[in-house]
Amino acid sequence: MNVIEFNNVSKKFKKGEKFNSLRDAIPRLFGNGNGLKREEFWALKDVSFEVKKGDVLGVIGPNGAGKSTILKLLSGIMVPNKGTMNIVGRLSALIEVAAGFHNELTGRENIYLNGTILGMTRKEIDSKIDQIIEFSGISEFIDTPVKRYSSGMYSRLGFSVAAHMDPDILLVDEVLSVGDISFQAKCAEKMRELLKCGATILIVSHNLTLIQSLCKRVILLNRGEISKQGTPEEVIPYYENIVYKQREEEVKKKISTQDYYVKANHEELIRISDVTICNGQLQKKENFEVGESITIEVDYEAKKSIESPIFSLEIIRADGVLCCSSNTKENGFKLNNVDGKGRIKINLGDIGLASGIYVAKISILDREMVHPYVIRKKDIFRIEAKGLDNHSNAVFLPKIQWGLK
Amino acid sequence: MFKDLIKYRDLLFMLTFRDIKVRYKQAAMGFIWAIFMPIIAVLAGVIIKKAISIVSKQPMELGDIVSVAVKVLPWTFFISSIKFAVQSLVGNINLVTKIYFPKEVLPFSSVLACLFDFLVATLGLSVLLIIAKVGVSLYLILMPVILIFLILFTAGLGLLLSSANLFFRDVKYIVEIILMFGIFFTPVFYEASMFGKWKPLLLANPIGSILESVNSVVVLHKMPDLFWLSYAGVASIIIFIIGLKVFRKNEPLFAENI
Repeated sequence: MNVIEFNNVSKKFKKGEKFNSLRDAIPRLFGNGNGLKREEFWALKDVSFEVKKGDVLGVIGPNGAGKSTILKLLSGIMVPNKGTMNIVGRLSALIEVAAGFHNELTGRENIYLNGTILGMTRKEIDSKIDQIIEFSGISEFIDTPVKRYSSGMYSRLGFSVAAHMDPDILLVDEVLSVGDISFQAKCAEKMRELLKCGATILIVSHNLTLIQSLCKRVILLNRGEISKQGTPEEVIPYYENIVYKQREEEVKKKISTQDYYVKANHEELIRISDVTICNGQLQKKENFEVGESITIEVDYEAKKSIESPIFSLEIIRADGVLCCSSNTKENGFKLNNVDGKGRIKINLGDIGLASGIYVAKISILDREMVHPYVIRKKDIFRIEAKGLDNHSNAVFLPKIQWGLK
Repeated sequence: MFKDLIKYRDLLFMLTFRDIKVRYKQAAMGFIWAIFMPIIAVLAGVIIKKAISIVSKQPMELGDIVSVAVKVLPWTFFISSIKFAVQSLVGNINLVTKIYFPKEVLPFSSVLACLFDFLVATLGLSVLLIIAKVGVSLYLILMPVILIFLILFTAGLGLLLSSANLFFRDVKYIVEIILMFGIFFTPVFYEASMFGKWKPLLLANPIGSILESVNSVVVLHKMPDLFWLSYAGVASIIIFIIGLKVFRKNEPLFAENI
């Protein structure tokens, strides 16, 4: 049975300032106001999906994709411009859980106030208030006005009220980031409990690990349209790759505006004319899959003869983490005098980097490794996840073997 | 029409409780708050009555002051309800944009909280009535009906103005000015009959007819003018229905237009 149905729903908003006073609106009625036309844009375009009873649906997507608009439509705060929605059962939204609080009232009074705003009756709250207070973990301060609360206490109390509504459908929007670790664990437990009781959950989150662990189905939204839907294993890597691609362009833009050629001496002795990043078969490439071999070729051009220069390679992740470094000296690869054009090949093999964007920083130094002749930091490559990426924070994914002894 | 309201009556109660508690706590004067404005208004009324008595060379009677006090209470209930109701949607922007519930409970709770003030002030007034030996009459049984008309009219206007203020923020200022000078256009400090043939003009304002009826029932111990009372009743019910219809029609637009 479908408990949520979205049939070709579209929602538009207007951009820019609106007339919100009679002083502006009345002259316009007589046609002599300045004809400010407000541009419209569609926050959701023709979106259709359904959620079956007991399912957990995750909604992911970049900022401005329309995720919150879906939640607002579902909770009834807004109505769609086109299309129809169908919701079966009592719906509770864990969105802005503390929105109904009043600062002057005590925690206990706010439980009643917020609970009734969310749609509970007073009797219902009477029967649950002890549970709610216990869940929030702030029983000591429950008769203190909430204006004295810390922001964590504030949201914990809000979450506790909303979580005790026993809804048939629960809408969750980034609220699990509330509170400390033990509270977060409690929240996750509460959600699983609700699921066991047959509740249906719709989660909007940027926390892909959470989505992956809770959801059976995921929808990827982009600019108001569903760009992919399916199991987390299908959708999440697809989304991650889109994000990396965007990020790569940003990194490229940033790097190309900076000049990384360092002239150690006033005259340029040697320069790096080109860097080629290729796969094991020496085909030039920018995107690699996890586990693919990588080779970097460096073309240099020396104006004068340089005695035993040292070539160095550093691989830096887009967020600045130095992942690995290597140079010809450590490697035991001895170059004698270098003169004229030449090419160095660096075989990284199956380096085992996790998915992400990386910058190869190549420098040529004098033989004492004191001053660099030249530093080049503008060559980018991207590693994409093949399947579901469980280790998005890891730098390397070495092939580790486990065994029983 | 009232199905949602019954379902959300606990919410209405909690919001009213919130408004009352917050107001009484912040004012730090407790219940004096409820009678402060009526007392000031009655003092103003005494000055005006005195002026009238000097000009007309008739002595001022205690009855005049009592009737001013009796009319001032419903009047202050009306203006403070409207004042709070106008702000009720815009002042609760968090609730309007983030949580779903029938939004009419917001202006309603403003009116109910002021009704509470009104009842508190009525207790104070009854002491005055006993001291002045005004006495009671059978006509007092009409009082609840008149009160219901007053509440319906106030709530209907509150619904209209609160949603208007959401779309046009300067409605609040216009309303404030009208309320400030409204007391001169309404028979609070004087009687409509003083204006002779212009009397209907003053009673066409439903609040005017309601106040005159209250005065007849409580102070003069006589049957109120039934024509004007039924006029006020019909007007109140129409205003309430229009208010609720307009409010409900615009309610889906609130969140994105606030």
